[in-house]
Amino acid sequence: MNFELLTQLIVNGLIVGLLYGVIGMCFVLVYKSTQIVNFAQGEFLLVGAWVCWAALVYLELPFFVGFLLSLLFMAAFGVLLQMIVLRPMIGEPIISVIMVTIGLSIFFQALMKWIFGVSPQSYPQVFDNQSISILGLNIEMAYLMSTVIALFIMVAFYLFFKHSKHGLAMRGTAFDQQVAQSLGISVKHVFAMSWGIAATVSGTAGVVIGMVNGVSDSLSIMGIKVFPAVILGGLDSIVGAIVGGIIIGVLENVAEFFDSQYLHVGNMYDIAPFYVLLIILWFKPYGLFGTKDIERI
Amino acid sequence: MSSLSMRPCGDFRTSYKQDNTIFETSTIRWITIISIIALCFAPLVVDGYFITLLIQISYLGIAALGLNILVGFTGQISLGHGAFFGFGAFASAWLNISFEIPVFLSIPLAGFFTMGVGMIFGMPAARIKGLYLAIATLAAQFIIQDFFARAEWFSGGSAGSMAESLNLFGFVFNTDKSFYYVALFSLVFMFIWGCNLMRSRDGRAFIAVRDHYLSAEIMGVNLNKYRLLSFGISSFYAGIGGALYAHYLGYVSAEGFTIFMSIQFLAMIIIGGLGSIKGTLMGVIFMVLLPEVLASIVGLMKMTDWGNIPMVVDGLSYIKEMAIGLAIIAFLIFEPEGLAHRWTQIKNYWKFYPFAY
Repeated sequence: MNFELLTQLIVNGLIVGLLYGVIGMCFVLVYKSTQIVNFAQGEFLLVGAWVCWAALVYLELPFFVGFLLSLLFMAAFGVLLQMIVLRPMIGEPIISVIMVTIGLSIFFQALMKWIFGVSPQSYPQVFDNQSISILGLNIEMAYLMSTVIALFIMVAFYLFFKHSKHGLAMRGTAFDQQVAQSLGISVKHVFAMSWGIAATVSGTAGVVIGMVNGVSDSLSIMGIKVFPAVILGGLDSIVGAIVGGIIIGVLENVAEFFDSQYLHVGNMYDIAPFYVLLIILWFKPYGLFGTKDIERI
Repeated sequence: MSSLSMRPCGDFRTSYKQDNTIFETSTIRWITIISIIALCFAPLVVDGYFITLLIQISYLGIAALGLNILVGFTGQISLGHGAFFGFGAFASAWLNISFEIPVFLSIPLAGFFTMGVGMIFGMPAARIKGLYLAIATLAAQFIIQDFFARAEWFSGGSAGSMAESLNLFGFVFNTDKSFYYVALFSLVFMFIWGCNLMRSRDGRAFIAVRDHYLSAEIMGVNLNKYRLLSFGISSFYAGIGGALYAHYLGYVSAEGFTIFMSIQFLAMIIIGGLGSIKGTLMGVIFMVLLPEVLASIVGLMKMTDWGNIPMVVDGLSYIKEMAIGLAIIAFLIFEPEGLAHRWTQIKNYWKFYPFAY
């Protein structure tokens, strides 16, 4: 057994898992506050990464200016999407709402392919040295940055929901829309804000992943890979999304390791999370931290 | 009542027989019969391009009707219909090649195989519903797709597998025109079967499960049984559609049966109208014609001076995908009940013409 490789893979899994956690958090945020399952989550990553890439390459802006600009764009994008497309869908059956987000996902995926082409593009060099070694493990600079950003986003989420007025309003809306409305919270603003935040944070994750792997169509797969993570953690638990994300991130790397060493089935990295997903749905549909849906007649 | 030629404005049905007829009025019955006969003579009149479109509408229509039984009539959600469609295609080719079962038997057998697979993946439906079910079927889509790429004994792996043409009593259906009759027969057969299913106890049970599953359970409808049965029937339809597709093209490869295909099936039934058999066909026709119409518009634009923009001409395949996405969104926002509902509204407008309200 090759322990060195295994440790390296587990560390990689932890780092990628943290990013899954961040994307999962956005997913849960949208689900909790607006009851919408966002199948277009991956396209937020895609749009964010491409916009930032365009700002850096076409406009030749310095990295942090371009990055901030793309975040602003994503916030506006999320809010507008909610206002134009998803506001008419309030109160529609679940299949309609799911299909609208699927429609959005197809549309933006094709649009990005149309505008930017299908071949992967890499970001201009941001860091001087590519990787550093910590405790004998090689870690790429971009991965390190992604970990720092992921942890920063998580702390920011915690502080936002615990202490800020808007965060409290969002938690109130998630708890009970009617009560929130009667206490003077504008549910409309909360809905728009949650989409704005989800788009911005997902866009950040898209830029970070794009810096490591290059920007391409495959970014939108992250939006689908986040489902196993979110279901494992429980659909309406933010902590669950983080825990689920880390577990899935480690699991896919470990599955890949055992597959390449012993099983030789192939493609385990992509498909293992979905087997896990089916098993969870079979035995514990509400995940590790999700609230159980109790029905009264 | 069955002798009426127009639908009366009101509900005057007095017996179960009247309530249960396939054709509500004799006009509808005659229109259906005449249009089927007209379709039989279509190859003599229209050219090959339309025949390929009609064949496409037939096999996609069969699969889409299956999905509508699951989503529109039973209220379950499936994001894996494209994978089941592909499973039917591979299963029929596999049965034909490995066991030398004649094609006219391997098509229905492939339907039953797909039914089995669909029921295995539909089993979580007994426990979970709505959103969770959507995600479970999403997992099914990826797992089956992975299976196609890997199981060389079954699907020929990445190389794909060959499918023979249908051969019935020595007559080989290997041209578009001859296969058109097979496709038309299957379409009519499966649609009549679908209509009849919805008139039976099982069909009414599906609708009861969709409308209010707790009440249905209290009235003695076995929820688990009907949810699973609905998955089975829906996959059966998908399998038949897929098998026809395989023997029409003569070659099946794993690349086509992606999540995008599943989404297209969902788009067909949403655009056509959930819970409407007539609407299913309308939705399929819409989705088959949409890319063709776009292609011809771009083709016309290419010939003018102002319209020959390289970005539009080269990006046609992306424009087609975007149009599908936009069509889904637009229908859900502006006409959530689909083309079938719009058709009823148009009919009502003319029926009460001077006094329409």
